[in-house]
Parts: sequence; C-alpha cells; structure tokens
Amino acid sequence: MIGETLELTVVGVDDIAPSLRHVRLAAADGGQLPPASAGANIQLRLQGEARTWRNAYSLISQPGRRDVYEIIVRRVPESRGGSAFVHEVLKPGDRLVASWPSNLFAPQRTARHHLMIAGGIGITPFLSYVADFAHNGASHALHVCCRESETATFAPWLQDCGDLNYYWDADGHRLDIPALLAQQPAGTHLYVCGPAALNDQVIQAAADAGWPASHVHCEHFGAALSGGTPFTAFLSRSGIEVEVGESESLLEAIERIGASAPCLCRGGACGVCVTGVLEGEPEHRDHYLGADEREGGQLIMPCVSRARSARLVLDL
Amino acid sequence: MSLVFKPEETFRGDYTYRNSDAAILRFPFPFPEDRYMYSVNIEPHVRSGPTDVFHRPFDIDEHYVAECRDRALTLEQDPGRCQALPHMMTAQWDTLELLMENMAADYPEQFSLTKEGDVFGSRWTWINRPLGIEQSFIFGDPDTLPCEPFEYITRQAQGDFAICDQREDNLYLDAGMVTSQADWSLAFNVGMNFMEWHGPVPLAHQAGVFERALKYLLMLRLGQPVRRLNWTMSINPRLDTSPESYPEWGPDRASVTVENAGGKVHLRVELQTLWRLPRSNAILFPIRCFLISVEELARVPKWGKRLHRVLSSLPPELVEYKGLTRYLPATLAWLAPLDDGAELATGIGPDITELAPL
Ligand code: FES
Repeated sequence: MIGETLELTVVGVDDIAPSLRHVRLAAADGGQLPPASAGANIQLRLQGEARTWRNAYSLISQPGRRDVYEIIVRRVPESRGGSAFVHEVLKPGDRLVASWPSNLFAPQRTARHHLMIAGGIGITPFLSYVADFAHNGASHALHVCCRESETATFAPWLQDCGDLNYYWDADGHRLDIPALLAQQPAGTHLYVCGPAALNDQVIQAAADAGWPASHVHCEHFGAALSGGTPFTAFLSRSGIEVEVGESESLLEAIERIGASAPCLCRGGACGVCVTGVLEGEPEHRDHYLGADEREGGQLIMPCVSRARSARLVLDL
Repeated sequence: MSLVFKPEETFRGDYTYRNSDAAILRFPFPFPEDRYMYSVNIEPHVRSGPTDVFHRPFDIDEHYVAECRDRALTLEQDPGRCQALPHMMTAQWDTLELLMENMAADYPEQFSLTKEGDVFGSRWTWINRPLGIEQSFIFGDPDTLPCEPFEYITRQAQGDFAICDQREDNLYLDAGMVTSQADWSLAFNVGMNFMEWHGPVPLAHQAGVFERALKYLLMLRLGQPVRRLNWTMSINPRLDTSPESYPEWGPDRASVTVENAGGKVHLRVELQTLWRLPRSNAILFPIRCFLISVEELARVPKWGKRLHRVLSSLPPELVEYKGLTRYLPATLAWLAPLDDGAELATGIGPDITELAPL
C-alpha cells in the first residue's frame, strides 16, 4: 500500500436533492481502493476546459470499503467552478485522478461518547463516523442543522445512527447549543462541521461551558476557499510572476504556471504549504498559523490565503 | 535473494546466530559518513535503497523462523511484552491487514492470503508455510483468531511493532509487541506520548529534533510510509535486551576483550518505518532489528573502516547513552588494524558484490 495518486472511474452520479449530487467512484483498473478511516477525504483533480480544480471531499462510504468511494457534492451558488463541474459535466465512465485518502478530522478513539453537530453539507464526514461508531459499538449522537426539506436526504447513510436529531430554522426547531452541551457526560468529545458561523458558535459555547479544547474538534470547509481581489505574486527563487485571479487560490495560480508547491489539505489546516513572504501583506485565511506568526507577516499558507497588497513576493 | 531459513539458530544461551555471506552484503549499515551525527534522517520508504533489505516494505530474511521462535520464548516468560489498549482494536486489524497483504505479495512462496471480501465481516484464510500455520478467520472478529489480531500477526513477523494513536496533536504509544528492543520497556512506555518516550535522548532535544519530527509525523500520509535507521551495539547476538531481562545480559558487557571483541560485539541496526494506518488513522511503527558481529561486518572493508572511524569520534554523551562505555575501547582496538586511513565513498552500500572467502 504505497502510492500518491489514484486513477478513478465515475461509476454513478445521482441527485439526492436539488443541489446535492451523490458520486460513486471505483478504481479505474477494477482493483481494490485503499481503505480509509472515518472522516477521511480525498482530493479530486477536476479537469475543466479552461482550468483544473482540486477539491477535497469527505468520503461518506462505510470506512474500510475498498470497492467504491462515495462523496456528496453541494452545488454552491457562488461556485468557483469545481462543484458546478461535478453537477454539470461529470458523468459515469469519466476518469479522475485523486489523492490517496487523508484524514485531518478523525474520531478520537479514547472518547467515552461522541457528540457530533453538523450544519448543512457539513454532515458528510459524520456519515462515515456513524458507520464506524455503529460497527465498533461506540456511544454517539448526531445533531443535524439543515433545511426542513432535507431531513430525509441523508437517511440512507444514517440507518445505524441511534441518537439522531434534526433542527431547522423555525421556532421550536432550533438547536440550543448551550443546553445540549450542558447535558453531556464527562469524557465526551465534541465534533462540529458546518458553516463558519455555526462552527464558531459551537466552539465558543464549548469554551464558555468549560470544555477542554482537546475535547472539541472542528472541520472547516467552504468559507476560507472563496476568492477575492486579484493580485500578483512573484516567486523569488524561480523568478516567475503570476497573476492570481479572483476565483482561484494562490496555490492554484502557482500550480497553473507549472511550479510545484508542497500541499496536503488545501484547506489551510495542515501546515504543509507554509511559505515565506519577503514583501507585501498577506491576508490570512488559514487555521494553521498562530497569532504571532500572522502578525509577523512573514509566513503565508498559499492554499487559502491571499494578499491585501497588490503584490506579494514569496520565498518560492 | 532466495530464502533459506536457519531454524536452529539461537539468540540466547549458546548464541548460534550467524549471518550468511548474502545476509552480510545486504545488511543495512547505518553510517553514510565517517562521523555520526544525530538527525531525523527520514526518507520515503520506497521499494528501493542501497541494499536489498530496503526493497520490500516488510523484509523477511534467513533468520525469520528463529526470530519468531525467540519472540515466542520471550512472550512465554513475559506476556506483558505485547499489549494493546482497548481503543486500539481497529488499528490492530489495520496492522494485520497491512502485514498479511505485503508478506503474501512479496513472498508468495512462503505466505498466502485469500479473501472473500475486504470489509470487516469477510472470511480470510492465511497460510504461513515457514511456520506451518493455516488459519481461516473473520476479518474484524477477534474471537475467530487464537489471540488478538495484533499479537497474532506480529508473532509471525520479524522486528518489534508499536502503534501510536493520534490525538491532541500528539502521538500516544497505545499498543506494542516488543521482544527485541534495545533497552527500552513497553510496560514502562505504554500510554506515553511522543515527547515523553523520547525524553532521555541526549543532544537531540536541544536541536529541536523531536518537535520537528512530531510535526512531520502528525502529517504522515496514507500510502507514503517513511523510514530511518537507528543503531546501537550489544554483546552477543541477543534480541531481548530489555530492562526486564537485564540480569541475563548486562554482565556480558564486562566479558569483552580485545581478542574476542570481533565475535562478541554486535552492531544492532533498527530499520524503523512509519505507516499511516488506513481504517484507524493510527500510526504503525515497525522496528526491524538487524544484528551483525563486528567480525562479520568487517568482511566488507568499507564498513569495517568506517565503523572504526565513527566509533572513535562519537561524542561521550552518546557513548554513555548507548551503553558502549565498557567495551568501546576493546572494540576500537580490534578494529584499528583494519583501518588504513584510505578515503571512503559516502553512502551506506557495501560497494562490493562478493565477500573474500574466510
Ligand atoms: S495545504 Fe494544508 S495548509 Fe495549505
């Protein structure tokens, strides 16, 4: 089990809700896929006509399955193209290159109880969690904040979820986060994945209630990846200048011109892409750098961060 | 290299362990330069390397059968050498799957694995011809094996194994099969985190080596294992040099003389690999131990000379940490006549393909 990329074939696409598409992927050579853990994601290379997107999606298949990887892709209205590509272009028989699974949001095996809070499409990592917990007999509860009309959408993946609760935006149906946290037994681990506002609320509520940070886990997605004002990056070691468009990341721009830059999560979480800034002012959007490092302004995570200044000179 | 096992050799009592010429030539000699520097020295564990030992993810060699027997003896005396905390069950199965798949793929004449499915609940059959084992079991159900899956498979593998759980941005040593350790104790270390169990290494902390290594390991990727070599020395070809059995081997250190150093003093090299495990997201840490007497090693002229240079320039803190103080002078005196001072090529390969006959 050694390798970096996987060749996959699309074996199924179906729309499970107006903006949600369920995609099934198998090994292109008909062989076995590497097994993956609960909460793992794969990064797909989506080859559009004019450009390539590299998007990471949580695997929702039963952890350890080797015949197929399943993902769910939400079409975002302000899509930068990747999700639109999956919804409009991708069809059975298409070939894709993907990374091996990696996991920056794995369940904590020592937890006495797993409490999961999902917002919208943030439910995806928990679909594999639930299968894992059910198989291992681990105590767990899932709280889903979604549109009322979507409560049945994920049912096929949640048959084994004992304690399952839905909330939506209406009186009597809202999730009371502090009340929920107050009921939890000691030794509970809390996981949240959803829009930034929900993540922040949950993390704050947990801190207010005195939860140790080591028991609170969050997977960020979406917000950090949206674009911004175009700027110019100068790669000082290779002497190349690159224009970073409003809908692409600095990392994507660097890759577009054929320069290679280390990266892993492509979501500002892992720290692998850290790069020195020689000139210019970064606009940090990552979850990795500490407050001091941000203020210092000498480091940037190109996978998500951009520039406040018109030009950024990188040690790359 | 075709595998001819030496089932009768021993790692205790009469110490009949020896390396064949082929085994000497493939030895993972750990010193690329004339001086030893402590460093993280991690590289991708790919199917290539300076000697054949590096060419397969889990190497099996002529000592396989004897090493498995020695492990069984140690476990009989002290079952605590294999432990796994309860939350490590998925990682146990991960380990079994990884080892069985690789052993069967790389040594099809010795091992075979047949599966009716890949998910938990599937029926698998494992055949280990060198040890005469045939076992059908349900993948994921420990009750269908004679012991827990981690113990089951590591009893049939060379080298020690630790499994680290990853949490709180740290690694916790929460399972281990440790019967050939170089003076460390599983019972003592189990449950410790990465910084705690690396605590006593001199010179390394100052360099920030462990902080960087930990950060790196936390990002270790599935499908991209890494490796490094570590080394120490021991008297006699003894696998079990644990603190628990110190009374049996400790006194041997005083038995070394300039005359017998070549045969008694052994270089002990650990080929350490690190693997992200797929289902549990834990990290598997196999520590494969290779033993070679100074006399055997010196049959490769480059290695004999280099060993002399490395050992004579070791910082005193390391000499003490590695427990070499008592017998280092005798070993150096044994090696000195072989070192003509000629310049040696960098790198760890033997640079010859055949040994001069004895
Ligand atoms: S690739 Fe992970 S932080 Fe940038």
